[in-house]
Amino acid sequence: MKQSNPYWKERLAGQIPAGLASEIDIFENEITLRLNGKIDEKVFAETRLRRGAYGQRYDNGQRHDGITTRKLSYGRPELTKGPNTLWDAPGMQRIKIPFGGLNAEQLEVLAELAEEYSDGIAHITTRQDVQLHFVHIEDTPSVMRRLAAVGITTREACGNTVRNVTSCPLGGVCRDEAFDVTPYAHDCAAFLLGHPDTQDFGRKFKIAFSGCETNPCALVRIHDLGYVAQVRDGRRGFKVYVGGGLGTVPYQAKLFDRFVPVEELLPLAQAMARVFARLGEKKNRNTARLKFLVVKLGLDEFKRLVLEERATLPHDPRWTTPAILAEEAPLRPATLLQIESAAPGFAAWKADNVYQQRQAGYVTVTVALPLGDLTADQLRGLADLARTYVKETIRTTVEQNIVLRWVSEGDLPAIYAALSALGLNAAGAGTIVDITACPGTDTCKLGISSSRGLAGELRERLAENGAAADEAIRHLRIKISGCFNSCGQHHIADLGFYGVSRNKGGFAAPHFQVVLGGQWTENAGSYGLAIGAVPSKRIPATVSRITGRYVQERQEGESFQAYIRRIGKAECKLMIQDLAEIPPHATGASYYSDWHDPRVYTLGDMGVGECAGEVVSAIDFQLTACEREAFEAQLALEKKDVAQAAKLAYEAMLHGAAALLTWRKLGYGNTPDAIVERFREHFFDTQVFFDPFAGGKFAQYFFRAHERRAEARGEESAHRLIEETQLFIEACHSCYARLSAQPAKV
Amino acid sequence: MLRAALRAAGKGLGYIDMQHIHIKLFAEDAPAIALTDAIAVFHRWIQTSAVPGLLIDVADYSHVVHGPGVVLIGHEAYYSLDVGKNRLGLLYQRKAKATGGSAANLHEALKTARTAAALLEHEPEFSGRLRFRQDQLGVVLNDRLLYPNTAETFQAVEPILRDVLAGHTLLQSGDPRERFEVLATRA
Repeated sequence: MKQSNPYWKERLAGQIPAGLASEIDIFENEITLRLNGKIDEKVFAETRLRRGAYGQRYDNGQRHDGITTRKLSYGRPELTKGPNTLWDAPGMQRIKIPFGGLNAEQLEVLAELAEEYSDGIAHITTRQDVQLHFVHIEDTPSVMRRLAAVGITTREACGNTVRNVTSCPLGGVCRDEAFDVTPYAHDCAAFLLGHPDTQDFGRKFKIAFSGCETNPCALVRIHDLGYVAQVRDGRRGFKVYVGGGLGTVPYQAKLFDRFVPVEELLPLAQAMARVFARLGEKKNRNTARLKFLVVKLGLDEFKRLVLEERATLPHDPRWTTPAILAEEAPLRPATLLQIESAAPGFAAWKADNVYQQRQAGYVTVTVALPLGDLTADQLRGLADLARTYVKETIRTTVEQNIVLRWVSEGDLPAIYAALSALGLNAAGAGTIVDITACPGTDTCKLGISSSRGLAGELRERLAENGAAADEAIRHLRIKISGCFNSCGQHHIADLGFYGVSRNKGGFAAPHFQVVLGGQWTENAGSYGLAIGAVPSKRIPATVSRITGRYVQERQEGESFQAYIRRIGKAECKLMIQDLAEIPPHATGASYYSDWHDPRVYTLGDMGVGECAGEVVSAIDFQLTACEREAFEAQLALEKKDVAQAAKLAYEAMLHGAAALLTWRKLGYGNTPDAIVERFREHFFDTQVFFDPFAGGKFAQYFFRAHERRAEARGEESAHRLIEETQLFIEACHSCYARLSAQPAKV
Repeated sequence: MLRAALRAAGKGLGYIDMQHIHIKLFAEDAPAIALTDAIAVFHRWIQTSAVPGLLIDVADYSHVVHGPGVVLIGHEAYYSLDVGKNRLGLLYQRKAKATGGSAANLHEALKTARTAAALLEHEPEFSGRLRFRQDQLGVVLNDRLLYPNTAETFQAVEPILRDVLAGHTLLQSGDPRERFEVLATRA
């Protein structure tokens, strides 16, 4: 903890808006109360999450050091800041940056915080936030006060709240936009922050604004609520999308309304928040996002309920009184670049990183940040640049970069020179080398494989190979998540990867599922599908092979997605089949450790997630898939497709049984009969599946469903089958948990 | 008294105990080493508890130009093979509060940094190729509120620095936005 913590409140008195100051005081008091045992740890966990203070890997007090799992003996092991989360363990502080907008002073404060409370690095996220890692919980009030003094809040950066409102970083300067969405994103963020109608969600709620339909700057269709700018008869409004989201099971947002006038923007968001709070799932986090509610109710019914709610809302003057947001203007007169700089790398950098604004003589410069990271010195250097060359018009991007807007074109050589001095002159922004990755096993409790390690490795290799210069693959996007929760947005990449683990000969090895066919453009227009898992260490070869085949075999004008569609998923799988093989540990030990981490790979370091999901492992993933199938059975039943509902429910049971067999390494034949037989032998006859209270009842559900699988069912029967399926899957989870605590023998 | 001093328009509290001390021991010349080699070394240090304190994990920032390099994250302190300001060195960063007075804390930080540097020099990944200078080091007080980078702070802490770093000339860095930092060079 910092020595100066007791003094920042007084030092910044009068510089923090009163409401914000009071909120931070309250949070500080809650820290004290928790230290004194006066607040329950679960309540405190949600409290800190709503302030952006997250848990971090190893905060459960144990870590595998490559030889053994060791206890991390913090000074006060009895103190916790949440269930299984030690007080003194470092955590992550997420900092909301609405629409990614920053000024020079804010960059300087972020630099100070990175140096004084973190490890010297500020990290830009895929939702335009900034994150600081390794922050002590008792330092967070000081961090929050220093941010608040320059107009930044961390409120509702995490937890079941409206998260950072994202927006096009090119808003206002874009050549394709209908109009600048920035003020609307700003007002929406301000209006919903701390709003009483947004405080009782079962899950997080993400909002994005885009100025156009086509460009991928805002990724509207992966959001719970997305707005796309439209002009109709000279009137401004938005096309509204709802119910999108990635996560374990990605859902594409549905079109809610083709045109909502701007004055209806905020009341509509408020009405939607009310409906989500009232009807959204609260108990089961796996089905609590808005996307599940929209599917469950059906879009028409959801819309009816929202509009009904809208009609009852008492008028709020803030709906039509825009918050104050200074209109951007250039600092320097428009000039054209008369003479290209002769500096090494300038031409490539200009080709990749410079965007011609619609305002003649002005460009937007993208500062490409490796893995979204930058140092305190670099932040200060960017602040200087922002003051010298632009009117502090800075934005973060969902590609984990920073842009400087309103750069006079003639200043480009000077800006390039200044960025070079800061080590921020890398070319390749928006190309195949500009890889997005979530924190993964570096700091995330849910991480399975090292997404950042892989991203760093790929970035280096692709840059060395000049991949960004190859026009065919130059604009492909690579996105990597450390697990199936999609924080790295792998579903919408041309080449997406998400971390999984596989076992061979008793050794665990880090792998990545290869996801092909996602669409980054059209605001994340479609989602890719996994074609198979490849060892982490063979992902560079996988990228090389897939892109190489595309370059060789593509037809004239054929996009990567079209190529993948044409050759088909089966051929894609075949393409990487040999790469998916992993040598035994004895001859290929390097495959059993992760990128930039020489420790023997293990899943033992994973913990319980606070945001994106729950405990993760292969069987968890499989059982989650079973839950999804059971949910889809419900949806089918709602649509009166009884046969499909019964089929899905039965298959969910079958897959649950197979997951347990796989987990216990009990081989089984590839037929339902064989699965049932092995399950009966190893889990029912041995009674290891038996519930302490219900005995073998849940297994009997499964056996009965198997016997009756060919029968035609009525609606009531199918309904019962779905309920039994859910109970059976729960029993699978319970069995897994019980056996996990015992030596690995059935 | 401290609060009264704080109210004096951002004036620091240089006269209270120096905490959160950083020591950077600079590498000699330009060694032919890869930053990433430190990853395995630091993981071994965790396994063997090679340096004092609770050691938690290794953070790899080798991809960041002029950045923290590779950091051994600890509870009480971080150790890193750092390339901040484009100078390679062993950086010791005290995170937790120390219990001694200013001079004792500075002594302890120096001793721990030098021990870690010596260990690093002898690791097989660096053996013979990485040497740290004995004649120059950097000292940072990582708390802008208590130790702003001002002439007043320098005045306040100079006697302690001169006492502990006897025989060194002290040069304060100029940018007021930076933390209080002194480059100590043996005369």
